[in-house]
Order: sequence, then structure tokens, then C-alpha cells
Amino acid sequence: MGRTLAEKVWEQHVVRRAEGEPDLLYIDLHLVHEVTSPQAFDGLRMAGRPVRKPELTIATEDHNVPTLLGPIKDPVSRTQVETLRKNCAEFGIRLHPMGDAGQGVVHIIGPQFGLTQPGMTIVCGDSHTSTHGAFGAIAFGIGTSEVEHVLATQTLPAYRPKTMAIEVNGELPPGVTAKDLILAIIAKIGTGGGQGHIVEYRGEAIRKLSMEGRMTVCNMSIEAGARAGMIAPDETTFEYLKGRPHAPKGELWDQAVEYWKSLRTDDDAVFDTVVELDASTLTPFVTWGTNPGQGAPLGSVVPSPQEFDDPIQRAAAERALQYMDLKAGTPLRDIAVDTVFVGSCTNGRIEDLRAAAEILRGRKVVTRTLIVPGSMAVKKAAEEEGLDEVFKAAGAEWREAGCSMCLGMNPDTLAPGERSASTSNRNFEGRQGKGGRTHLVSPAVAAATAVTGRLTAPADL
Amino acid sequence: MEAFTTHTGRAVPLRRSNVDTDQIIPAVWLKQVSRTGFEKGLFSAWREDPSFVLNDPAYDGASILVSGPDFGTGSSREHAVWALQQYGFRVVIAARFGDIFRNNSTKMGLLPVVLPGDVVEELQAAAEADPKTEVTVDLAGREVRWNDRAVSFEIDDYTRWRLMEGLDDIGLTLRAADDIAAYENGRQPWLPTTV
Repeated sequence: MGRTLAEKVWEQHVVRRAEGEPDLLYIDLHLVHEVTSPQAFDGLRMAGRPVRKPELTIATEDHNVPTLLGPIKDPVSRTQVETLRKNCAEFGIRLHPMGDAGQGVVHIIGPQFGLTQPGMTIVCGDSHTSTHGAFGAIAFGIGTSEVEHVLATQTLPAYRPKTMAIEVNGELPPGVTAKDLILAIIAKIGTGGGQGHIVEYRGEAIRKLSMEGRMTVCNMSIEAGARAGMIAPDETTFEYLKGRPHAPKGELWDQAVEYWKSLRTDDDAVFDTVVELDASTLTPFVTWGTNPGQGAPLGSVVPSPQEFDDPIQRAAAERALQYMDLKAGTPLRDIAVDTVFVGSCTNGRIEDLRAAAEILRGRKVVTRTLIVPGSMAVKKAAEEEGLDEVFKAAGAEWREAGCSMCLGMNPDTLAPGERSASTSNRNFEGRQGKGGRTHLVSPAVAAATAVTGRLTAPADL
Repeated sequence: MEAFTTHTGRAVPLRRSNVDTDQIIPAVWLKQVSRTGFEKGLFSAWREDPSFVLNDPAYDGASILVSGPDFGTGSSREHAVWALQQYGFRVVIAARFGDIFRNNSTKMGLLPVVLPGDVVEELQAAAEADPKTEVTVDLAGREVRWNDRAVSFEIDDYTRWRLMEGLDDIGLTLRAADDIAAYENGRQPWLPTTV
């Protein structure tokens, strides 16, 4: 019987397999940031262990960093960032600190450097590591104990997850983006739908996505509960990688591409679970609740809890409407927002900024609007294209790179009761600041919303 | 980590689904560089509501959290596990867990127990009817017992053995150091390094 993409990549990385034990899996790349690593480095020190492969490890500062120029004012945040610097110096790990041209959100810089490649295993103490699966890598988030384990051994013991195919047939209509697609998928299968699985996104609509769109889709795999998300590498992938600083060169490039072309699910392979979706029926999609599965087409209304047959979902919807201060039956287009956030590892790449700029060109925003590039390189690219001028002319704030308002560990937060349209990945209670209310949207919907002050699709303008 | 064989304690019913790790420990608490003091951040936003179940003195000292489905979804922050343990929880029972949370729990010796949704509700109802209900979570026997009920749960042999012995994963893995070195010699030549 044939094998799936996930099975092929997994098998390639098994260091040791024994009856009744999890596989010991080799890790090709370990991404590190300041929040989930300090206790792991402490553990190494206490046990007198070195980092086994510093050359397969890279660190950046992203979660805590302010997006306005200047030092970190919060002393606790500053200590955390300084601790990362000390740890990277002590253990010999490459670090891209604040202000460095290579700094940025951890999941933006991996692909940008060409460190993320097909067929690899990639981990990070961050659940959105699933982003890297867009290249046909197995990439997943881990906790601090596992961060320490990878630092010490460059391996992880793990059971192979089940496999799920999400087949997206047909073409996305104009104006409907990768973000709308993944929000629709999560609404369909639920926040626990992918639990215990590695998802492979397949089908015509997926193949037609750019690498950046694919990253947006894989990024939110965790929001559907999946361990990881993957897309088989193809010419789009190779084209994106070629010439990047850490991509193979010369003869090695040819060897690599030949191998990468084998990284596809065999025609006779069988997935444990299959989900199908018709892309051509999709429209811009937004969330109304407090988990990413609570979403609906922008053209619809806030649902009534009574519509949910399952009592647990009904109770969750009731609670969500109360927290979000929304009434069932309200058209989603009538929801007024205070703040618009464009950025994050979900939508902080150059194509996302272009999509927002296209809407904002020649228009004015009526909300507080933060545009936060995902990395210093994205920022530079945007400025070379003049996108920063478009944003500033529209009245939006053009910021430095970082995670920013996605989780509000830096000063960019919502005030209690404040409502946002956000291109990030989580609408959990208090995610963007205590008492804040989040609607997840695409960059195009975010920009259109900033212009009208209400949830708006670009076509409405 | 502390070994876990069997534990008897009282249970707190948390009647919510999708208890994401941002609720278990909000991001503002993640700035610490130590491993201690996270109990103060446990459910810190929800605990501001006087009617939140953890504020009910009837459940003081309870050590088993019984939650609605999809507990521990979202962020990979192991701080969620530390906060639950440091607050005094040894076990979380739910019908479904977020994968990363569940993994992190077993690394730290906090036992995640999966029971069917209707059994979870039965246990929640028992703890609501009498907060003093003693619940035994028997990892050796793979069974949860309360009043006259006994319900078995599944956990793989390897994870159970590690938890019962309180074993350090890194120490276990380093016994395979030769295998790791051999694997490293055969890695594909084009794979990137960060240097």
C-alpha cells in the first residue's frame, strides 16, 4: 500500500523504533524564542548538559518586543529577552535580536532564510510551528520540557499521529483568500476536529495558493486541533526556495529537488480521515465567537445558540455571545470595531501587507489601525515598494516587526471591552488584552474594516 | 518528575468546553523566566468572577479538575501545566484534550485522563452534589473511582510506565546516543544548518 506525505517524512526521521515505545524522531531544525525557552536552558545547566546541535538551532526575539522604536520598558519582558541573549551566547546559538536585519516572528524568519525546506522535521516552543508544513515539512509546536529535550538530544520521542486529508476542490473565487479558507475549514471540522492528526491540505485550490497563502493555511492547523498541517511541495515551493540564503546550491539543489519531488502522497495511500470542501462556494469569512471554530461568512448573521443541537456547543455559543457582547441575528457587517490589526505569523508576510495596502491606497482609516510586519525583512521589502507610505497616508500606524497584538505580550493590546478585527489566529477571551474582543479576518477584510469601522469585505467599498 | 501511581482527592467541576491555554494562564504571566509562582496566574481572568468555581470554598484543596471537552487547546505554553500543578492539581479529566497540552502534562507528571463525555458529566454532577466526594484516579489499574462507580480509561503502556516511575525523558533518550550519532552520519547532505 502507498504512503502519505506525512508517513514518508516521518519514516525518514526515525532514529530508533522499538515495540511498545514511541518512535525516537530526529529534529532537523529547532526554532527558539524568548518565552518558552528560559526554563529549558535552566534545565540544561542544572543537569550539566550541552546543546547537542547548536547548528540546527536558531533563535529570535519576537513575542515581547515593542513595535515602536526604543528599548523594552516592561522590566519583566526585558529580563526575558536578556535571558535569551545570555542563553544563546552561553550555548552557542545563532540569535537575531531586536534591531537586527534578520529579526522577526519566528515562523516568518525560518522560511525567509530558506531554513524551512521540504521533508524536514521542525519544532519550536510555539503552537504555530505548523506554519512550516506549507513546505512539506512535519512541523509542530512543543512545550518547554520538549524544548529542553530537543536542545539536549536533537530528537523527540513521539507516536506517529493519524493522517487526515482535507481536500479543497474547485477554485477560490476572486477576493476570497487563504485566510478565509482556513477559517471556513476550522468552522467546518471544529477546534477538536484535527486532534491527533497530521493534516495534509490537498486539491486544486491548495495547489493554486502561493507559498505565503499556504503558510497561512498551515499556520492555523493547530486551531483545528491538528498536531501539524502539510502541503506537498511542488514548483511553487521550489521557486520560493531557490536562491534563499540557506537553500541548497549547485548540485545539492538538484539532488534536493529530485528528492523533494518524491514527497507526495502515493495514489493508493489511505488517510485515516478525509474531509472535503468546495472552494468555489466560499466567501470572506470572519469569527463571531471566542474560539476559532466559531466563524461564519461575513454576509451572514451572528448565530443563535439555539441553532446548535449539541448542548455543549450551545452553552459555548451562549457564553461567547455574552463575552463578545453580540446579539443573535445581528448582521456581521453591522459589527463596529475599534481597532484593526494586520500582522502575526498568520498574516504578517509581504503578500498580506500588499493585500491590505491595495485596499487602503487613497482611502482613510476610521479606526486605530496597526500594521505590523512579520519581520524586519518584510518591513524592508514593504518600504521598498512604498507600502509604508500608503499605510501612513491612510492614517494607519506602520510599526516594527514582532508578534505584537496577536497575543499582547508587548505594549500593543486591546483595552477591556475594546473590539478588534485582527488578521491573527486566536479569538480567545482576553487574547489581545484582558477583556478585549477579537474577530479574526483576512488582511483584505481587515483593511476594508479599517475604512468603514464595521466588518467589511473589500467588495463592499 | 514526581511519580504517579494512584491519587485520591476531591474534584472541581469546570463546566466549560474549549478551555484554551490562554484561559488557563494568560500571556501576561508567561514573562517569568523561572518555573515557579504560576499558581497565581491560573485562570486569573476567570477567577475575578466571584461565581467562578475555583472561588467556591467548598472546592478548596481539591486536586482533580473535571472539565468540559477540548481542554488545553491553543498555545503550546507548558506554563499551563505548571500553573495547574502549582495550584494543587494532580489530574485533569476531560473528554478531549489539546494534543500539545496533553503531551506537556505527561512530561511533568500531571495526569490527563480521557473519559467519555457522559461519564465526565456524571462525575461533574457528583462533585456538584457533594464537593466532598472522594475520587480515586488509579493509574496502575487505569481506573477512575468515586462513590460506587468505577470507570476504566485508556493510556498507552509507555506513557503509563514513565509516569509511574517518574522518569526523565532526556535521560531515557540519551541511552540511545549511539543510535542518534549513527542517524546523524546518514543525514541528507543538502539539509541546512543555521551557521
